[in-house]
Amino acid sequence: MSEQYVLETRNLVKEFKGFVAVDDVNLKIRKGDIHALIGPNGAGKTTVFNLLTKFLIPTRGQILYKGEDITSLKSAAIARKGVVRSFQISAVFPHMTALENIRVALQTFEGNSFSFWQSGARLNKLNERAMELLDAVGLTSFANTTTVELAYGRKRALELATTLAMEPEILLLDEPTQGMGSEDVDRVVELVRSAAKGRTVLMVEHNLSVVSKLCDRITVLAQGAVLTEGDYETVSADPRVREVYMGTDGSGERGAADTNPASAEAAQ
Amino acid sequence: MTQPVNQAEIHQAILEQQKADDRKRLMANGVLLLLLLVAPFLMYPVFLMKILCFALFAVAFNLLFGFTGLLSFGHAAFLAAGGYTTGYLLSNMPGLTTEVGILAGTLVATLLGLAFALISIRRQGIYFAMVTLALAQLVFFFFVQSEFTGGEDGMHGIPRGELFGLISLDNNLNMYYFVLTVFIACYFLVQRVVGSPFGQVLKAIKQNEPRAVSLGYKVDRYKVLAFVISAALAGLAGSMKSVVFQLASLNDAHWHMSGEVILMTLVGGMGTLLGPVVGATFVVNVEYQLSQGPLRDWVDPILGGVFVLTVLAFRSGIVGEIQKFMKKNLG
Repeated sequence: MSEQYVLETRNLVKEFKGFVAVDDVNLKIRKGDIHALIGPNGAGKTTVFNLLTKFLIPTRGQILYKGEDITSLKSAAIARKGVVRSFQISAVFPHMTALENIRVALQTFEGNSFSFWQSGARLNKLNERAMELLDAVGLTSFANTTTVELAYGRKRALELATTLAMEPEILLLDEPTQGMGSEDVDRVVELVRSAAKGRTVLMVEHNLSVVSKLCDRITVLAQGAVLTEGDYETVSADPRVREVYMGTDGSGERGAADTNPASAEAAQ
Repeated sequence: MTQPVNQAEIHQAILEQQKADDRKRLMANGVLLLLLLVAPFLMYPVFLMKILCFALFAVAFNLLFGFTGLLSFGHAAFLAAGGYTTGYLLSNMPGLTTEVGILAGTLVATLLGLAFALISIRRQGIYFAMVTLALAQLVFFFFVQSEFTGGEDGMHGIPRGELFGLISLDNNLNMYYFVLTVFIACYFLVQRVVGSPFGQVLKAIKQNEPRAVSLGYKVDRYKVLAFVISAALAGLAGSMKSVVFQLASLNDAHWHMSGEVILMTLVGGMGTLLGPVVGATFVVNVEYQLSQGPLRDWVDPILGGVFVLTVLAFRSGIVGEIQKFMKKNLG
């Protein structure tokens, strides 16, 4: 209800043929926060993202954006409202140049995207803004490079710049540091920090050292339901969080090093 | 995070490259135009018109397949709808001038394309291809059963008539230059569409559809528009073909034809502007040359072999491979 929350879910449920992937999730994302969604594999983090952006249709529950019920809106409409997501696998347009990638996002608001008779040169007026956005993520010198030729970390930077071109009020980042070396991770942390100025960010992240550096608030999901919520200290001290990550039945061996808060801290 | 590079300089370089690309394209187009203008003095005009009609058909198909990423397996329906409509009107309405008959055929194909698109567009990949194929088979069945098409016999003796009521198209040269004019106009239209703001969105959808959605594009609407433009141009190709040959037959509606246009586009180079033109020229020539010689019963297996070879070894097609080669060796 209150303006304090940019994005809110109420009793959000997603069932796949008898399997409950998201179970009665109530999220409240405070305006201006960098909010992390963490949890072991299969906890339903990406499913929540897909529900929020309507890439999946919720079985039950409500999604509110700035107090307005957006549960029935379609993906494209949600994006236009200012809830813009990134993807787990770097989502770029591989056979366009970096500049063209950004322009596709800027073009959304131009109102001439159905104009099949217009010259493409009309889009050149977007170049200035596109160059600024590329500059902000350190890609100026790659403006004319075909995206498929960019290194992985740069693709992710480009993706972030493209997302920012939408002037989102809330950014949904799905594992922005996934598959990155430590240098790239540090770059992305800086990028997200600067992108978050004046915005709200909700991010799925496995790398807990990134979470500890960036995030104001953390929600832990386990088996589709909210396990606990709070700031980093509260969450990392919660024994239940350790339990779902480390597992008591030996199922938690994956990524123990990067998901266990203590060892993530020690690794730095 | 400042870089030791100048934003403005890089931007300038990009704009200059755009201009250079435009110049290159203009030159290539000029050469092509010149060739087509003198061609009827070197070759039989009806054969050239056959190539142009199929080239237009392939260019239309490629707008959808090569530039939007949608594989329609039902484009024969539009070719035939255009051809039959134009043929019927010109045969039965003596006062009608040729261009009106052709426009009417194009309009019918456009509307049929809209219907196909609205039914099929939400399906992805192979399902999309199958739905378009099924719809095209329905259209084929309709043409077989209908009286006005002449069923298995087809529609014969369609009068070429007079363009604007002034220029007799019974003269092959007149007819050729008319077909050429229409072809060039459509080729430039497709070039324009591909380069337009709309074309950028199509490219984006083809390369990463979920991302295009997440950037606020209602992708289905863009796909429908691309489909309709493609169907309209395919219909126009069919309309002109029926006037050129004074014949509209079931061949044009058969799924073989939907397959053949895929072959033309792939062999020539999908996703390039010139590819489908080259592909259509190649296929029509191979079919003609082989049918004149001792290999006349081997046309289909040979074209099948070409298809397999293209898919396995030359995936970019003739034009695509040449472009790649030039890029590698000439910078």
